[in-house]
Amino acid sequence: MKTELSAAIIAAALALPAMAEARQITITTDLQSYGGRGAYLAVYVTDAAGAYQGTLYLAGHKSRYFRHLSDWTRAGGSAMDGATGASVGPGRTLTISVDLADALIDAGYEIHVDVAVEDMRDSPSDVVVPLTTVGAGTPVAGRSFVQSLRYDM
Amino acid sequence: MLRRLHSFSGLIAGLLVALIALTGAILSVDPALERAGVSDPAAGSMTVADFAAVVQTRFPEAERVVRKASGQMVVYSFDGDLPRADIVDPVTAEPVADYVPSDFTRWVTDLHRSFLLGEMGRAVSGVGAAIMVLMTVSGAMMVAARMGGWRAFLGRVRGTRRQRWHVQLARFAVAGLLLSAATGAYMSLTSFGFVPDGMDAEPEFPLTVDGGTPMSVTDIAALQTVDLTELRELSFPYATDPTDVYTLTTATGMGYIDQATGETLSWLDNGTARQIYEFVFMLHTGQGLWWLALILGAGVATVPVLAVTGTLVWWARRRGTPRIAGNGGAQVADTVILVGSEGNSTWGFARTLHQELTARGHVVHVAAMNQLAASYKRARRVFVMTATYGDGTAPASAKHFMARMEAMVMEPVPVSVVGFGDRQFPKFCKFAEDVAEAFGAKGWPLLVPFGTIDRQSAQEFARWGEGISAALGEPVVLAHVPVLPQTVTLRLAEREDYGAELQSPAAVLRFVAADGVEPASGLRGVWQRMRGQGLPAFAPGDLVGILPEGSTVPRFYSLASGRKDGMLEICVRKQPGGLCSGALMAMQCGETIECFVQPNPTFRPAHGHGPVILIGAGTGIGPLAGFIRHNDGRRQMHLYFGARDPQSDFLYQPQLLGLLADNRLTRLTTAFSRVASRAYVQDRLREDQVHLRDLIAKGAQIIVCGGRDMGHGVALALDDVLAPMGLSAGKLRAGGRYVEDVY
Repeated sequence: MKTELSAAIIAAALALPAMAEARQITITTDLQSYGGRGAYLAVYVTDAAGAYQGTLYLAGHKSRYFRHLSDWTRAGGSAMDGATGASVGPGRTLTISVDLADALIDAGYEIHVDVAVEDMRDSPSDVVVPLTTVGAGTPVAGRSFVQSLRYDM
Repeated sequence: MLRRLHSFSGLIAGLLVALIALTGAILSVDPALERAGVSDPAAGSMTVADFAAVVQTRFPEAERVVRKASGQMVVYSFDGDLPRADIVDPVTAEPVADYVPSDFTRWVTDLHRSFLLGEMGRAVSGVGAAIMVLMTVSGAMMVAARMGGWRAFLGRVRGTRRQRWHVQLARFAVAGLLLSAATGAYMSLTSFGFVPDGMDAEPEFPLTVDGGTPMSVTDIAALQTVDLTELRELSFPYATDPTDVYTLTTATGMGYIDQATGETLSWLDNGTARQIYEFVFMLHTGQGLWWLALILGAGVATVPVLAVTGTLVWWARRRGTPRIAGNGGAQVADTVILVGSEGNSTWGFARTLHQELTARGHVVHVAAMNQLAASYKRARRVFVMTATYGDGTAPASAKHFMARMEAMVMEPVPVSVVGFGDRQFPKFCKFAEDVAEAFGAKGWPLLVPFGTIDRQSAQEFARWGEGISAALGEPVVLAHVPVLPQTVTLRLAEREDYGAELQSPAAVLRFVAADGVEPASGLRGVWQRMRGQGLPAFAPGDLVGILPEGSTVPRFYSLASGRKDGMLEICVRKQPGGLCSGALMAMQCGETIECFVQPNPTFRPAHGHGPVILIGAGTGIGPLAGFIRHNDGRRQMHLYFGARDPQSDFLYQPQLLGLLADNRLTRLTTAFSRVASRAYVQDRLREDQVHLRDLIAKGAQIIVCGGRDMGHGVALALDDVLAPMGLSAGKLRAGGRYVEDVY
């Protein structure tokens, strides 16, 4: 059984100064049935050089575990940057809807998902997907916990 | 107050706390199991750099090495696209097994910390831990009060079986419970952020790195200086990213290391909050202290039993609380009854007195001694009925009595103080005596002399009532009926008669269950008893209460057998005019009685292998013979038995000879008072004094059973025997080594 979690985010942090146009993107992250506790996830955007742009979603409440999302924290991510919610159980799906500036599409920007599970591995950048018009709708497999990530415009 | 707090929280949260404790006990085994599979390298024999090198050789795509508190090493790596987690040998890094955290442990852990109910459950679990702290502290204070002070905390526990279980288990577990509960409560507070744990502090991530060619891991200076036993975690840099760093976490802090220079780029020592958190975490989970985990686990495993016995103790007390129907107002009553009770049994006696005096037209007010008013306007007499608690102190409902009495502004009226207690206790009715003295000091006259009631004896109470009757000049009849347990019907199966020639007939009577159900042992026995079939549970020395026809007051007889003997045996002598003994002596085999068993847990041989000196006269031999018959461990038992004539009332003669031959009885010494060489047991004790002192020096316990005069004589004789050792019957009694059942 898959449970849908959704969040609508006004991505103020991702609004470039020049932009006026924005579109809604839905990001769907399926987790593997890895047999363990709920996963902490950070969904965030970097530019082509890997520089942090902003957080789309943070799943998991306890700040003591955030350091296990190490790419995200090192890039400069913080729980203040975006929407937050509960950790996501094995086999479940996290669906996020965000308004993203058009300028972020086809410009080398990437979506990253860091995952960490208590008593299991830390998986920074478990999945990394470039934000492109052609890539929309195509699922991309993750390294450890993420079964697949897909974004639809 | 303490008791109310303890029972209230126990009743509200008992189930909750029991579940937390039970799951905690299960988890307590884990650290030891994990530790058992680990062989740590000797401290100083291997550095993190050495180990990282062997890990990299064995796992080219290693991401992270974790050294768990048990010393177990886990390597996270990739095998191509396949993520792996391996438990590895702490020296060679050879994979030993896949690292798969146990589903069962995870489930029990979640049950333990959140009842599988998420954040809400975590909060409840934290409250449970706090309640456990509260109950442990209040419980320890109650035990101290019960035992007569903290110094006597570990003394011998007296009371019913469930009370003893409750106190003994609690004493065994108290330290572990307090530690587990307090650390658990602290962890819950940190989990909700009420107390800082410093776990989210991290060193500043370096803004610039060298970026040059990575060094071999063995050459990295920052890893060469750290002993492997200090390691918590080491994350390797991404192979493809020359700007990435090593992340090292040790027992003392965390930092980043440049892969090109081998230098530490930034480092953060653990703050105080984190050190405290990690220490408490170790104490609570036993991770890294497997032996402590086992000790704590054994401690908390008692909690479910404590919850059950505690509830039973509470229920027994609650059921014993009488409701006083038609209680008169304090300022209109001509008679005031003040009750000091710990276990509520004294209230029952107060109710009997209240009923009788009310029926005679008095307006009677009954209240707890703590509720003593400054004056009672219409009172013409005051009764104080009180138990004594622990080492001679006031029972729960009389704690504030002495202070309140000081504040009384009332003209003295005649007062009668009667103490309730158990002669086994060293300070028998001590508090009642203090109260009587205090009244005397304030110039209150006595209505009747100070009275005492031993072990809730309805007969003694009735006798005390006769004195009241005379003092008031009206017929007061105190027929006290305690709330009787359910009775069972027994059938007389066998009788042995003695003493007919002495005009003092006595008999050994053996009863079986009237329903004909053979008492089974084990679970079937429990099942039978739950359904009220067969014999109830009893052991030699317990009492059987028998209600003679035409009386509401049960008579108690000491039991000479246990349930496992398959019959209930008592020893009865016909008392002149005795209603119950007369009826029993007249019974024919096949006739039935209604009776119930009352535990008498203080009156039996103490556990252990020490010698036992049994002293009895007449029918007092009954329970003593039972103790000997049950002496399966063949400990030394010396019996001193007094009777009148060996030809006539040598009760149990053939059985005792058999028990001697069987080594259950070590020595039999008899004294007969109606033969040429007339002697009493007291005389035999004096003759044997060297031998007795020797036995006492070996830790012997003395058990006396018989008439009150005989009991008194034996105590005096033993005082003489023990004097050279600086001991007395009283001192042994205080230490629980001298118990008696006298009537």
